Amino acid sequence: MGIPTKQKTEHSSVPDDLFVPLNKDSAQLENIVRPSVGFWKDAWQRLLKNKLAVAGLITIIFLTIMAIVGPMLTPYSYSEQTLSNQNQPPSAEHWFGTDNLGRDMFTRTWYGARISLFIGLAAALIEFIIGVIYGGISGYKGGRTDNVMMRIVDILYGLPYLLVVILLMVVMGPGLFTIIIALTLTGWIGMARIVRGQVLQLKNNEYVLASKVLGANTSRIIRKHLLPNTMGPVIVSMTLTVPGAIFAEAFLSFLGLGVSAPVASWGSMANDALGVLNTGHWWRLFFPAFFISLTMLAFNVFGDGLRDALDPKLRR
Amino acid sequence: MLKYILKRFAWMILTIWVIITLTFFLMHSIPGDPLDVGDSGGSAAASENLRAYYNLDQPLPVQYFSYIKNIVTLDFGPSMTSRSSTVNDMISSGFPASLQLGIASLVFSVISGVALGVLAALRHNKMIDYITMIVAVIGISIPNFIQSMLFINYIGANFDFFPVARWGTWRHVILPALALSSGPMAIIARLTRSNMLEVLTQDYIRTAKAKGLSARKIVVKHALRNALLPVVTIMGALTASVLTGSFVIERIFAIPGIGQYFVNSISNRDYPMIMATTVIYSSILVFMMFLVDIIYGIIDPRIKLHTKED
Amino acid sequence: MTEKLLEVKNLAVSFSAQGGEVQAVRGVSFHVSKGETIAVVGESGCGKSVTAQSIMRLIPEPPGKIKGGSIHFNGRDLAALSEKEMQKIRGKEIGMIFQDPMTSLNPTLTVGDQITEGLLTHQDISKADAEKEAVDLLRLVGFADPEARLKLYPHQFSGGMRQRIVIAMALVCKPSLIIADEPTTALDVTIQAQIMELFKEIQEKTGVAIILITHDLGVVAQAADRINVMYAGEIIESGTVKEIFYDTQHPYTQGLLASVPRLDGDRSKPLIPIYGSPPDLYSPPAGCAFAQRCEYAMEVCSKYAPPVTYLSGQHQTMCWLQDERAAGMRGPKVTIK
Repeated sequence: MGIPTKQKTEHSSVPDDLFVPLNKDSAQLENIVRPSVGFWKDAWQRLLKNKLAVAGLITIIFLTIMAIVGPMLTPYSYSEQTLSNQNQPPSAEHWFGTDNLGRDMFTRTWYGARISLFIGLAAALIEFIIGVIYGGISGYKGGRTDNVMMRIVDILYGLPYLLVVILLMVVMGPGLFTIIIALTLTGWIGMARIVRGQVLQLKNNEYVLASKVLGANTSRIIRKHLLPNTMGPVIVSMTLTVPGAIFAEAFLSFLGLGVSAPVASWGSMANDALGVLNTGHWWRLFFPAFFISLTMLAFNVFGDGLRDALDPKLRR
Repeated sequence: MLKYILKRFAWMILTIWVIITLTFFLMHSIPGDPLDVGDSGGSAAASENLRAYYNLDQPLPVQYFSYIKNIVTLDFGPSMTSRSSTVNDMISSGFPASLQLGIASLVFSVISGVALGVLAALRHNKMIDYITMIVAVIGISIPNFIQSMLFINYIGANFDFFPVARWGTWRHVILPALALSSGPMAIIARLTRSNMLEVLTQDYIRTAKAKGLSARKIVVKHALRNALLPVVTIMGALTASVLTGSFVIERIFAIPGIGQYFVNSISNRDYPMIMATTVIYSSILVFMMFLVDIIYGIIDPRIKLHTKED
Repeated sequence: MTEKLLEVKNLAVSFSAQGGEVQAVRGVSFHVSKGETIAVVGESGCGKSVTAQSIMRLIPEPPGKIKGGSIHFNGRDLAALSEKEMQKIRGKEIGMIFQDPMTSLNPTLTVGDQITEGLLTHQDISKADAEKEAVDLLRLVGFADPEARLKLYPHQFSGGMRQRIVIAMALVCKPSLIIADEPTTALDVTIQAQIMELFKEIQEKTGVAIILITHDLGVVAQAADRINVMYAGEIIESGTVKEIFYDTQHPYTQGLLASVPRLDGDRSKPLIPIYGSPPDLYSPPAGCAFAQRCEYAMEVCSKYAPPVTYLSGQHQTMCWLQDERAAGMRGPKVTIK
């Protein structure tokens, strides 16, 4: 067995005139094989390679567009009742059928998409703002401030999330904005912990110290070191907050604590369908159930892909 | 170790107290009189009697302290919806069913979640891995109440083996427990898988291999234990998800459990019942987290040392 | 010459990666006799660890693969054994010690558990007897109260103590060969000396052969009988310690020696680094892998792979400077007194 890649050379077969000093290309000596790629560009490229994540992103875009234009595609409004048209199966007039009050399911489904996506995005955004401020202050100040702030978070963290939300909804009464308030009143805790942990870790990291020693000012440290490293986990957490909030809204609406009556939401539509399960009106359950699952699936898959793409340890 | 347990215990009591206080003042901050709801037309005297019966004639601080006192003696007072029965009666009648469902769901989700996670990790980047993870993501994405409605519609309606209403035999448990546990199961499976993959790249796994241990022994003795440590830490959160999930599942499957009473008490504004259920469920959860902390301290030797140094 | 315990011939190992194959080890041959210590020296990425792990068949497959060559150990070719047969060799006949004692012990199992586990796997022995053996071993590696140590967890030991435990673990089945992969790299300098001393002691007591993998020529000087210098997946020079240190032939070995700080040398002489970095093993160069960094490089070096030149019984090197046509091409030889 020989060496696979190269043949051992016989002395005599080598031409004599090659025994002269090698003319070296000195630039080649320290060349770096791989071109350097910025963090975000690299993350984006890796995200695009993940087919599931791309499918998730496309689905999210599709759902958002449909949430905006969907209700306008039909001549019906989400609350318009036509009692002669009760429980019609899907047809050319009513693409997703009608419910027990003769309301058009297609319009209601996409109107529900508006509610769900709005709640999801609003919750993620508010949690992001509160979490970054609270966690950032706690982590950056450190010491006593950090201690007190984190004790408070620890207690709140021990509370059962959905139970607290239910309680708040009972107290505040149903409605779109009370849902968002109830969700974010307890939901920011996770984000605050992530941000604080990241800030704390990075503050004392050697490369931050190193750049301090090299004379970088605070804004440069925040811009070049803290932000890129903190934003990864924060963005992932935001992406995964959206399906959680959508689920919570559906859950609350399902319990009758969600949006008020004529307004359509996927949770309340599913709840309405509970009574007609055995009647064969499958479209009553199918459409809200399908789209709520699809939305959560899309956000989960996209969030997972984002997490993988933004993980600096996975960089190659 | 004892100091660690005591510290965790004190923390648990504090959290429960915060929950009780929060619940109490939240419920009493609702504008209007709870007795106004569905109770119009009674005489003034009768209404006075009722107020005394529900302890509502006292100033708020007095009510608060007597409520705390009652809770310590596990007395949650009379219910508002059914005047004759106390909250305690309703809870004790609903508890067995809820407990059966909850335990069945937790046990099922842990066992199947860990098994699937390990399997996926050992067959990393093979077909089983992909299938398991796709199923897991779907399990997380379909809300449990949707799943249970699908189960009722397609399994319960077609197979008499799975009764879909009421409670009694073990066969009643299967479908609701399945719907309730699929979410936690998926989370456990994903977590177990990623932990296993990480642990399997650790140096001590290579060391174990260099000792001549069989692959099976390496997984069971060296990898699994370390991979399951993080799974233990999320058990508290998973119990929470099973508990809150049981509210809707019990309603959909018409299971006579506490969740059912809780949902009814929300629509009936039965405040003593809402408060009692919140306090009980929160306490169970906080106690679970306490247990998780203790168990973690036992199975991870590094924790003990850490607290000794405190 | 004493009996050969291990003989590696033309070993080639590759890792498949995105867009090609990394040829980590490209035709390595060396042998280990009973009871001797040989060293494999080279900078990181030269393939020395991959060589070590290939002998134990520990390279992850895939992506790694032994592409060619043989690894004869006690008359059997390890490269051809099944995983099952290999399990009977690992830990029992060949022990292995890894670089970082902080991570090579399982944090959730007691030290005693981890030491006895090898015995219980390979021998029909009771748990109590295995623990007795473990106690003896811990005493051998320098613990004063071995009985109490068995019940402790790895995090309760310092780095140097952990490495002693790892050594005890490797010795537990009385193997005839120990492969130590950078056993002192992660340790403090004072601890390094203690550990190397321990290796010597163990070898005197048990007669085990040792393959010492390291990038540190200072460590090798006292401990090894023979040295193999690796560069870019090949052994470019090998010989006894004396030959390597005092009759250095390959420019790379010279460079390595010149870059080692010495306390007893001429301190006015600056340390001389080797400029540049090793070639990309995705596509190894056609000629000598060191040519681009070599100060004596000739045209021939970049076009033809240098042949092996046998200088004496043990000493051999792979370099075109050995060709008689290259006479006069070499500048003043860097030798260290």
